[in-house]
Amino acid sequence: MSLKRKDLLGLKELSKEEIGLILDTAISFKEIASREIKKVPTLRGKTIINLFYEASTRTRTSFELAGKRLSADVINISQAGSSVSKGETLLDTARNIEAMNADMIVIRHASSGAAEFLARHVKSSVINAGDGAHEHPTQGLLDLFTIREKLGRIEGITVAIAGDIAHSRVARSNIYGLTKLGANIRVIGPPTMIPKGIEAMGVSVHHDLKEGIRDVDVIMMLRIQLERQGKGLFPTIREYSEIFGLSKEKLKWAKSNALVMHPGPVNRGVEIMPDVADGLSSVILDQVTNGVAVRMAVLFLLSGQPSPAG
Amino acid sequence: MTITLYEKVICDRAGINRSLSRIAHEIIEKNKGTQNLALVGIRTCGVHLAQRLKKKIFEVEKVEIPTGTLDITLYRDDLGSKKAPPVLKTTEIPFDVNDKVVVLVDDVLFTGRTIRAALGSLLDYGRPRAVQLAVLIDRGHRELPIRADFVGKNLPTGKDEKVKVLLEEEGEDDRVVILHSRREDREKPA
Repeated sequence: MSLKRKDLLGLKELSKEEIGLILDTAISFKEIASREIKKVPTLRGKTIINLFYEASTRTRTSFELAGKRLSADVINISQAGSSVSKGETLLDTARNIEAMNADMIVIRHASSGAAEFLARHVKSSVINAGDGAHEHPTQGLLDLFTIREKLGRIEGITVAIAGDIAHSRVARSNIYGLTKLGANIRVIGPPTMIPKGIEAMGVSVHHDLKEGIRDVDVIMMLRIQLERQGKGLFPTIREYSEIFGLSKEKLKWAKSNALVMHPGPVNRGVEIMPDVADGLSSVILDQVTNGVAVRMAVLFLLSGQPSPAG
Repeated sequence: MTITLYEKVICDRAGINRSLSRIAHEIIEKNKGTQNLALVGIRTCGVHLAQRLKKKIFEVEKVEIPTGTLDITLYRDDLGSKKAPPVLKTTEIPFDVNDKVVVLVDDVLFTGRTIRAALGSLLDYGRPRAVQLAVLIDRGHRELPIRADFVGKNLPTGKDEKVKVLLEEEGEDDRVVILHSRREDREKPA
């Protein structure tokens, strides 16, 4: 079995088997991180470009480490300090990168669909590292990997995703991935943050945190995007935090062994209280560790394609 | 499409067992005992053969030799040329390889490229005092300067023949067969 595609743009188009293959492959890559020499020669001679049009610490570092541990050459391009700030279009930048024979382009962009647009126009493999409010497939995959690792299965479990669902690419990727693997999903948030008609994606909607996390196996908290404050989504941060912020007391409403996840960056004291983020239920740092292994698996499986040069 | 022209059994259950018994004794003899000895099987068949050797060495010396498993996929030199990457399994080396005498175990020694990859992988775990190689079948046609220290059977073969080791652990009757087959798309053997 293999991943017979050029690009990874979202979890929506992946089959259950393809997701399973990526997660299984990632198990082997996780072992490499525990070695003294955390590097294998697999992608020697391949070039990976990280093209980041939005700020990122975790995802960019994670992709960079993943590429480097596979011996690929990794170059980072960010908006500041590149000709992007001189007004070059996305397509022109990408074509120039391709002209330098890059094998893979990892892109993060504020516009939904940017990765797909790129994939259509370049021969290099394109990996979506987050496009607008559309998808963030590798985050979804590392969340699936972490849940499967901690709970042993995904089929039949119940996952609550709480926060600004409407603007969250993490939520969308997770909903696609989790439903394909047979989990039940609840989304929780104020009505302003839940898109209309989201039930069609196979989730149930809750506006009350207590009712939403009752008996769930996993609680996924989303970051409240502080830059959106004042746009009428919620009155004040303090009020949001009172009602939807996950505290130690509120966590008791879920199963006693429920996992608490967060894609980062965490706003401590807003959507999640420090004692929960650092508590025993929290797997937030496991998510980060697993992210590198999952991204290595994705790079490895996509590299089975003939290189653009050959 | 593969058309098998003929298939011949070279070695049966008893034959495999006798070869492994002799190899086990040779390993002990060459290393003057089991001090610092470790076995590492190369996936998939080498792993089972390493386990069998471990058992045989235990029967003779009453010592449990540390035994590991190597998946060489990430170290192959033909990854880019394959249409699909092979399925990746885990590597498990549950002991410190530094200063050990590691005996690599594989089923068939052919071009030597698998062993080259295995050496690369093993040496990333540390610096063994020595690495030795045990194979059930040496079929010739080396493409690299590699030779085995312990050989079950030397088997002269044609380059387009295939040698397969089938084992109980994989749900087969123990045997070694030689196949002459022709593929329409003429893929090179790994």
